[in-house]
Amino acid sequence: MKHKYLKNVATLCLSAEKCIGCGRCAQVCPHGVFGMNEKKARIKDKDRCMECGACARNCPENAITVDAGVGCAAAVIMGWLTGSEPSCDCSGGGGCC
Amino acid sequence: MNEERSCCCSDGGCCAGESITPYDKKDTWVTGEIRTPQGGVPVASTILQFKDTLGAWKVRWGIGRMDYKINPGIYAVGNPDHTSPVLVSANYKLTFDTLRKELSGLNCWILILDTKGINVWCAAGKGTFGTGELVRRISKTRLSKIVSHRKIVLPQLGAPGVSAHEVTRQTGFSVVYGPVRAKDIKEFLNSGFRATEEMRTVKFTAWDRLVLTPVELVAAAKTSLMVFGVLFLINLFAVREFGLADFIAYAGAVVTGTVITPLLLPLIPGRAFAWKGWLLGTIWTAWFVWLNGWFVPGFLLLAIGYLLVLPSLSAFLAMNFTGSSTYTSFSGVIKEMKAALPLIVLSSVAGIVLVLIKSLSA
Repeated sequence: MKHKYLKNVATLCLSAEKCIGCGRCAQVCPHGVFGMNEKKARIKDKDRCMECGACARNCPENAITVDAGVGCAAAVIMGWLTGSEPSCDCSGGGGCC
Repeated sequence: MNEERSCCCSDGGCCAGESITPYDKKDTWVTGEIRTPQGGVPVASTILQFKDTLGAWKVRWGIGRMDYKINPGIYAVGNPDHTSPVLVSANYKLTFDTLRKELSGLNCWILILDTKGINVWCAAGKGTFGTGELVRRISKTRLSKIVSHRKIVLPQLGAPGVSAHEVTRQTGFSVVYGPVRAKDIKEFLNSGFRATEEMRTVKFTAWDRLVLTPVELVAAAKTSLMVFGVLFLINLFAVREFGLADFIAYAGAVVTGTVITPLLLPLIPGRAFAWKGWLLGTIWTAWFVWLNGWFVPGFLLLAIGYLLVLPSLSAFLAMNFTGSSTYTSFSGVIKEMKAALPLIVLSSVAGIVLVLIKSLSA
């Protein structure tokens, strides 16, 4: 059964002009968000994007932008409480990773 | 990292008998040492022993989880030579064990990065499984003198932290992203470094979710001790004391949020985790309240109070599971929380007030 999270929230953006069609984004995406079409990458299913940032970091032409961050409520709460950037730091022993 | 700095071998050549990667002689998963021109390399067994299985079980229950690691550096599997493939992984022992048990019959090198004992994906998200550490580790282990080829295999889930083209630019090693799961490594290597779409996709099966729930449950149980302490104090001057039924109602809500909701995740209608938790929490609470016969005028305050506070608790705990899930985005979690958190707080406060009124007034 496929998991589905909230629709229309992902911040993923792909510039077709900059894309050289190397296919790296399609390779690293853990959710098959990208497809290749006529030697260009295209976003197949944006709602499946979890904003891990793998595609953007591995794009040699910087054609992809995404606000990468941890999709973790505990981290976000800690971020709000401490006024810092939410980070996946569960050193306390409980929580995410 | 510090251990290696203190090792005399980092200057090169002074003590040929030393291993490039320091290891504890008592570690039973090290079966020997292999000689390379650069020094000895510990050989890792591909068979897990009872100690490894016990260790995995312990960290799944949150015991010593943040300190379950091996030394970063280079390890051997089988009898590798300068042409053998190099697999890169993290220094979380659970990760390392998951990888090595899939490598039986293979001859390869494993380059372990210092991820502070965190798994590959989480470490990549933080950047500790990252370009900088990979470049450093390649030079520190003098990998280019151990292997003659210039190719390293990274787990695909390391990609959020590593910029492949940047690694190539700085070290000359080209990066090949392998499969998501270690169990596919053999097929990947045998098919000439080709990963199928199936190997490239992250799943989140019922079993995957189940093994993550003990840590959530243990964390919730620890916080619950404080709740029990407060209830105990209230009992000292309560008209209606909190008893076994109240404990079961509460414990049920906790288990619903930390175990049942994650387990049934894709089957529960809706998308937001808090909603899913609230839905199951409401079903649980309503059923239990009805079972106890609290839907009568004398107990209505208690019934409504619990129906406000307990589903909110399940919702909150379920929302925390977003951090364990493999598919929730940062933007999505923020959106969910902005909607859910105020409702959870309001509902809980109202519920607590009602339950306390019932407890403290005749």
